[in-house]
Amino acid sequence: MSAAPPLIAFTHVGKSFDGGRVRAVDDVTLEVVAGEFLAIVGGSGSGKTTLLRLANRLIDADVGEIRIEGQDVRAIDPVSLRRRIGYVFQSGGLFPHISVAANIGITPKLLQTPASETSARVDELLDLVRLDRAQYRDRFPHELSGGQRQRVGVARALAAKPRIVLMDEPFGALDPLTRDALGDDYRSLHNKLGLTTVMITHDMTEAILLADRVAVMRAGRLLAQGTPKQLSNTHDAYVGELLGTPRRQAERLNVLLPRGGPA
Amino acid sequence: MSLFSDPRWSEALAHLPDYLGNHVRVSVTALVLGLLVSLPLAIAARNHAMMRGALLGIASVVQTVPGLALLALFYPLLLAIASVSLAWFGFGFSAFGFLPAVLALALYSMLPVLRNTITGLQGVDASIVEAAQGVGMTPRQSLFMVELPLALPVIMAGIRTAAVWVIGTATLSTPIGQTSLGNYIFAGLQTQNWVFVLFGCLAAAVLTLAVDQLLTLIETGIGQRSRLRAAFGGLGIVALLAATLAPSVARSPSSYVVGAKTFAEQYVLSALIAQRLREAGLSATTREGLGSNVIFEALASDDIDVYVDYSGTLWANQFHRTDTKLREELLRELKAMLAQQKVTLLGELGFENSYALVMPRKRAEALGIRSIADLGPHAPTLSMAADYEFLSRPEWAGLRTAYGLSFRAQRQMQPDFMYAAVASGEVDVIAGYTSDGLIAKYDLVVLEDTKHAIPPYDAILLLAPKRASDTALRDALQPLLGKIGLAPMREANLRAAGGDGASSPPAVARWLWDKIGK
Repeated sequence: MSAAPPLIAFTHVGKSFDGGRVRAVDDVTLEVVAGEFLAIVGGSGSGKTTLLRLANRLIDADVGEIRIEGQDVRAIDPVSLRRRIGYVFQSGGLFPHISVAANIGITPKLLQTPASETSARVDELLDLVRLDRAQYRDRFPHELSGGQRQRVGVARALAAKPRIVLMDEPFGALDPLTRDALGDDYRSLHNKLGLTTVMITHDMTEAILLADRVAVMRAGRLLAQGTPKQLSNTHDAYVGELLGTPRRQAERLNVLLPRGGPA
Repeated sequence: MSLFSDPRWSEALAHLPDYLGNHVRVSVTALVLGLLVSLPLAIAARNHAMMRGALLGIASVVQTVPGLALLALFYPLLLAIASVSLAWFGFGFSAFGFLPAVLALALYSMLPVLRNTITGLQGVDASIVEAAQGVGMTPRQSLFMVELPLALPVIMAGIRTAAVWVIGTATLSTPIGQTSLGNYIFAGLQTQNWVFVLFGCLAAAVLTLAVDQLLTLIETGIGQRSRLRAAFGGLGIVALLAATLAPSVARSPSSYVVGAKTFAEQYVLSALIAQRLREAGLSATTREGLGSNVIFEALASDDIDVYVDYSGTLWANQFHRTDTKLREELLRELKAMLAQQKVTLLGELGFENSYALVMPRKRAEALGIRSIADLGPHAPTLSMAADYEFLSRPEWAGLRTAYGLSFRAQRQMQPDFMYAAVASGEVDVIAGYTSDGLIAKYDLVVLEDTKHAIPPYDAILLLAPKRASDTALRDALQPLLGKIGLAPMREANLRAAGGDGASSPPAVARWLWDKIGK
């Protein structure tokens, strides 16, 4: 894994809030290589969202170093950094006063891409996230279902053709079926477009099913990282606890839903 | 005569383009100025709790000042600034009318705009603002592309409130010299012309409602993202502005402005002067309903050209003299003092409108009272009423000490109601005005001031500094000097209070001219 240079690299990164009383991120070192899909798993308050925001400078680190595509983020203007990194927000984060097309085309617009080019790109993206162009282009966010909104959120993140996509619990608020479909759809987009994705989730099952590697955070610290197989060899009690749930669920499902039965 | 065939309706209607146009002009300017100041302030303050608190606090305090007082305060303030500017930078400006009205109204409009802009911006979902940052917007882009558009319905509601307040309060700008729909109301109240009062109230209400509805259309159009609605509202506003402003822009400025204070006699005399000027081939307009503290300054700074004041009023109020002199002597000295301010005292009209103690003739005869001196011993058993300012004026202090007066009770009253009150016996004595027509109507008697405690109040014509050597003006006014006696003036005032079609100031002025001009 060390053969390819890391696209995102955190080195001994720390961030505290409230004048040092809350250590949100504590000495985290983590690398994500090009093309990798990394899931960061942790409970609320584990520091996973803070870690994600440090990557595109929505917040700045107190200590340590963060490199994006080999460049120290402190040397990059935060606005242009954010424009080249896709970001999918928890509940879509769509702008309610502009249409689906305008939401998707916002970053190209900020980059002063010609309108005709942006318009073509919007259609292309609607196809990619499997929303009918004609039907959804001119709708407003409040006219969409939760799943559709999140698809638009993904399309918006991809609009400026970023190499990196950061996702903050993107599918957390969706019903299980939608969530499953959207997760799978995104994973195939990730593969197809050669993206590098960091996804935050509190759901270990989702992380195992979608990601190449899983990082586990608790109280600001990185407890373990690795492929699901590597993780299952960890002796950390918390990681074991987190892995226990999907395991138990898988076993029970095997019993309750025998193979060959109706789905 | 039915209510609507009254000729005063058409007279009121004739003033509408002028009054409405000026009303809209001053309101719109004030609102635009208020927005230009409060929107950036609110935006700057949205993330600073201290500044936010301070701004809203100041704006709230301004709001508690009564509209009339706020408008009145701006006049002396601007006057002071204008004189400083003249002394330091070599240019002055008119502190009269438009400017103080605009500034005071703009200040008045700030609270709703500040409050709603701040609330609206703070009400934008934090996750949306973060998303704006996340997609790569600069703080400025986030403000203009996301936060302001989302806060716009709330901001529009604030603008609408401000517009309604400003249009309503603008009716109070008449006394500081800004023509507005308030001219109907002030003139109507003073001359008991209820048609005018009603007309002014209706016109202001219709204007306010129209603007309110159009702004509501824009507001809901924005809220529902309906361009059509918002466009209709915008078009309506533009049409309203064009319709109300076009006539007042098209009008040529008149050369002579005749001022009038806020009571019937002044309305009649200013109408008479304007008629005389027009007769002499000069163009003239009247600026009525000016506060008595404003009107002299307006003349001295050339904002109006001519008006009628009273010698004793200037003596005591303008020059702060507490002594009294005999008539001729006082006039001579006053003329000299006025000349120092480059104001010309052209001459006396021929009557006095003095403060005087007045009581029913029969009551006075029964008590054997002929003069104020006779009143003294009876005073402790009697009650008296006066207008809002008399009891705090130096004349009253002078009267009391000269005659040792001490009444059982003292009340303040609207001048129009004072006479009826004394005639009906509700009060025993009033401090009335010698030229008031109601004295004859109610068979009242003026008690003689044998000790000359009250200074003389000759009606005098004053000319603005720039008209000092205007012979055309002087020649046109000359026929009025010394011609208007107390009796015709009293009758004119009585007619002006008549409350019918023949009681409008121009009609009474024509009657008065017929009576004295021959």
